Amino acid sequence: MQHLFEFLLRQGDNALVLGHRTSEWCGIAPALEEDIALTNTALDLIGQTQLWLGYAAEVEGAGRSANDLAYLRDAYDFRNLLMLEVPNEDFGRTLMRQFLFDAFQVPWLTALQNSADQRVVEIATKSLKEATYHLDRSAETVVALGDGTADSNARMQAALDYLWPYAGELFADDETDRAMADVSIAPLPSGMRPAWAAAVEDTAKAACLKLPESDFAHSGGRTGARHTEHLGHMLAVMQVLQRSYPGAVW
Amino acid sequence: MAVMTITEAQVWTWLEDVPDPEIPVISIVDLGVVRGVDVAGDQVKVTITPTYSGCPAMAIIAMDIETALAKQGVTDLQLETKIAPAWTTDWLSDKGRARLEGYGIAPPQTAGGPARCPRCQSDAVEKISQFGSTPCKAQWRCQSCLEPFDYFKCI
Repeated sequence: MQHLFEFLLRQGDNALVLGHRTSEWCGIAPALEEDIALTNTALDLIGQTQLWLGYAAEVEGAGRSANDLAYLRDAYDFRNLLMLEVPNEDFGRTLMRQFLFDAFQVPWLTALQNSADQRVVEIATKSLKEATYHLDRSAETVVALGDGTADSNARMQAALDYLWPYAGELFADDETDRAMADVSIAPLPSGMRPAWAAAVEDTAKAACLKLPESDFAHSGGRTGARHTEHLGHMLAVMQVLQRSYPGAVW
Repeated sequence: MAVMTITEAQVWTWLEDVPDPEIPVISIVDLGVVRGVDVAGDQVKVTITPTYSGCPAMAIIAMDIETALAKQGVTDLQLETKIAPAWTTDWLSDKGRARLEGYGIAPPQTAGGPARCPRCQSDAVEKISQFGSTPCKAQWRCQSCLEPFDYFKCI
């Protein structure tokens, strides 16, 4: 049960942290259409968070709700990928990150549709429709900006170079992943690497971007062992209402 | 006073009158959000499904169902939300599709884009953005009459 809970937290926290980061663009995106697109993407991700963390809370059986898990845990209890918690920086990095994540989510959620756990199947099937749509947009935007002006190309290359050392964490199998694979709830994340790499290579090529050669990978986010300094700052904003007014409802 | 007997067909008819809170020209039945109605004596169970997992209209839809059925004398209502099978635009009724178009929202097409401008019927249309005013819509523009319009995403 502990492993299933951890597994569900990872899915939910990925969606929550990326959803929150994406929502930071609300009202300040470079164009109205992009503002609307980013906030709608954030909304999908927060919806997926409710499904994953809702199930995590049930599995834990400690009387906590999805809201409790989102708003009343501290940074070291979060299980999201480090890549998703680093600051947005600029529109280019935001979309590059979305693309690197979407390119993983689509094969990952596709595989989870065959999970031995029926609830996981249901959440994955629902989320996959949204992830597929997100991937269409993020891949298209990465190509448009990479193969755009000299300035937009340089920014996208800088975004890719910055995010690349964080991407390897997507595929770092651990004890929880092996426990999930043993009971056929989820495949090993490392198995997603060929599909992800193929999609990333194709898109980078079309976007006139050069994939970094180093395979150094930061880790510690999905295990909770070592988050970046940025997560605490993000949570301070995201959780301020429940921290200041515990139990507040509307 | 005669004891009222509620039938499932009746409940479906009542729900046909509950508009979608964000696109009020179509009902939640036409949208495919209502997945089931079960009546056992006085107890009515209505099963609904979200269009998108983060659809903010779900809470309003639940409240509107409660209100509409309470008006008809339903006091014992059980509302259940389920996500499987996942909602698809295939569940939009033909009536719903026609009403969307009449309202200025191009109905979903499996080809992935609107068949024509809902205002002037021109098929010269272009995408502005993959997302629109709600999670279920995208923004397109007509190259003939130059008007922007919403397109109901096909999923």
